[in-house]
Amino acid sequence: MLKISTAPHMNSPQTTRSIMRDVIIALLPAAAAAVLFFGVGALKVMVTAVAGCVVFEYLICRYLLKIPATTDNLSAVVTGLLLAFNLPSNMPAWIILIGCFVAVGIAKMAFGGLGKNVFNPALVGRVFLFISFPVQMTSWPKPEFLNFLNLDASTAATPLGILKHLDTGSSAAALSGSVQELPQYWQMLVGYTGGCLGEVSALALLAGFAYLLWRRIIGWHIPFFYIATVFLFNAVIWLSTGDIRAEPVMQILSGGLFLGAIFMATDYVTTPMTRNGQILFAVGCGLLTVIIRRYSVYPEGVSFAILIMNAFVPLIDRFCVPRVFGTRRN
Amino acid sequence: MSAKNTFTIGGIHPDKHKITSHCPTVDAGLPEIAYIPVKQHIGSPAKILVKKGDKVKVGTLLADADGIVSADVHSSVSGEVLKVEAIEGEFGYLEDMITIKVEGDEWEESIDRSPDIIRDIPFTPDEIIAKIRGAGIVGMGGAGYPTPVKTKVPEGKKAECLIVNGIECEPYLTADDRLMVEKAEQIIIGAKILNKALGIQNAIIAIDENKPDAIAVMKKLTRSYVGVNVRVLKTKYPQGAEKQLIEAITGREVPSGKLPIDVGCIVQNVGTVNAVYEAVMKNKPLFERIVTVSGNAAETPANFRVRIGTPASFLISKVHGKPEEIGKIIFGGPMMGTSAVNIDAPITKLTSGILLLHDDKSYKPEESVCIRCGKCVEVCPVGLMPFAISCAMRERDYAEAAKLHVLDCIECGSCAYTCPAKIPLLDYCKLGKYELKKQK
Repeated sequence: MLKISTAPHMNSPQTTRSIMRDVIIALLPAAAAAVLFFGVGALKVMVTAVAGCVVFEYLICRYLLKIPATTDNLSAVVTGLLLAFNLPSNMPAWIILIGCFVAVGIAKMAFGGLGKNVFNPALVGRVFLFISFPVQMTSWPKPEFLNFLNLDASTAATPLGILKHLDTGSSAAALSGSVQELPQYWQMLVGYTGGCLGEVSALALLAGFAYLLWRRIIGWHIPFFYIATVFLFNAVIWLSTGDIRAEPVMQILSGGLFLGAIFMATDYVTTPMTRNGQILFAVGCGLLTVIIRRYSVYPEGVSFAILIMNAFVPLIDRFCVPRVFGTRRN
Repeated sequence: MSAKNTFTIGGIHPDKHKITSHCPTVDAGLPEIAYIPVKQHIGSPAKILVKKGDKVKVGTLLADADGIVSADVHSSVSGEVLKVEAIEGEFGYLEDMITIKVEGDEWEESIDRSPDIIRDIPFTPDEIIAKIRGAGIVGMGGAGYPTPVKTKVPEGKKAECLIVNGIECEPYLTADDRLMVEKAEQIIIGAKILNKALGIQNAIIAIDENKPDAIAVMKKLTRSYVGVNVRVLKTKYPQGAEKQLIEAITGREVPSGKLPIDVGCIVQNVGTVNAVYEAVMKNKPLFERIVTVSGNAAETPANFRVRIGTPASFLISKVHGKPEEIGKIIFGGPMMGTSAVNIDAPITKLTSGILLLHDDKSYKPEESVCIRCGKCVEVCPVGLMPFAISCAMRERDYAEAAKLHVLDCIECGSCAYTCPAKIPLLDYCKLGKYELKKQK
């Protein structure tokens, strides 16, 4: 019996599941770096977050929505990993699970599941925890290379935390003392600094970026324009005011910028669909990040910047449409 | 004219599967019965001239073009007309066909069957167009637009360049590739003939870089023909689409809703150009063509020279396709071709390939929700937003679909091919075009 169908009779091997699998692979270098620097604690956070997200999505599908579970598209695993990457390595499990519930249950499934959510689920989870548990969310274990148990690790400030509390009005000696607390550039590149699991190692994140580009999962535009905007905006402030807090290299290497720009601001569902829209979105994220870091009470602004820009996506999609072939004014 | 390697907007790179590119064309032989449809072109069906019991020869006119946009249909075999009635075509719809019982292989005497290549073109433009019309030539790339209509430049328009389309961007298909290798000089002379009819001096033979044999032969032979040049383009699907090809070669965009002639171009498929040569120089009507029979359920894929009207099943048995393994039979290529209902449906002037797909490659992948990845927008060669069109069509919002330029869709299928959620985006676009055209 012959099968009948409409064209095309070939399909690209890429599926939603294969894309999610590639994103997970791209996150592995940063996951490995987290374990190297923060030890078993990091592993525990990642396992808890992934398990929490997958189980919540499964339970919601089966018992609340009564639909076949959507967990096999692996998007819950990605959400779990990204949420873990946004948490410190000494996070108690019960708080992580609350974050998972907010991310998957509220930010994703309540909106209709994958493809329908307006805001990046992992970031909603992170921001919810950040506001609800500010103490636990801002005590960063000091990185200790290959000290896997790292049980009684002391806490360290993040570079952005140090910068935030630099009092430019204080004496020159006090100022230089605080500045010396700042890690070297190389430490920030490899990830030997305080911070959330996944954000510390810029190199590991860039390796993941290279993989995503090679597999054609994302374009280079959003990460490039996001990071470039943060760099340029800070450079302008730095050069015009001489404010050392705006030193652009330090600004782009610190905090969650690489993690956010490569993995969160490129989330298909919550970002614009056209190339021009994506660039506009990335520049908006960059501007908001600098403004929040510089003028708000928070040292870090990547999560808020991306979430705020997420809200603008429908508007951007409406106005940034591609030019139709044959409509060029000759 | 600015030179480009390929067209600018969108495009995809599906696996090529050009298994038969080194298989020389072989004669498929004669079927026992030929089914010749009277409508193998865009426009009105031809008026039938024969009746049951008539004896016909190869090249006998069976049906006469009805109006300007129509085409003559000739017999591809000699024998006796069994019946003239509607029978099931490739899609299962009834089509008017002339059924001929094949007896021997007797050709009309007017056809020059010698292998000599004739290079001098003694005819006037009007004589050339009359000969093309009399041979029933239509665009053999798949569109089926009557060639004489395209060869007559409308009042107020000016032709500048003839583009001979040797792109063949569909996976699997190699019919045009083989034709260029085997009939290169005929195609070049055909281009000169069309140039003479159009009153222009400039012809470009466009070939994708994945056809090195055809490029080599064409480059060598065009050296001795002034005004005919080869242009090699970077392989990308759908480069063979008329407007995309014009943009790749000239940098000019055919305005939305306009024709190639509005930017001074005429595009003809290599098969059509070869048919023009044969019609004008050899008095041979269009009654045979090259068909690639391939696919992953074909044991011995090949390129065949096939008489129009030959049932597909005749060719399928030639490539040792096992009926129990075949899940889908496609007329044309895998991107734009149509899956056939009737295995005995005949080869027409437009059939560039018959693909036999293995049963496990014959199912549409299961559709899931849109993850808004934007890949359909990125690959659309027309710059459309297929996901947005699909949303509008689900809401039956035809006005919105029209605003999204659905009528500019060239139906290449790049969006549906690429979609990771496997949403049938092309179906929504086709439905939108259909509904909007119906409303007019």
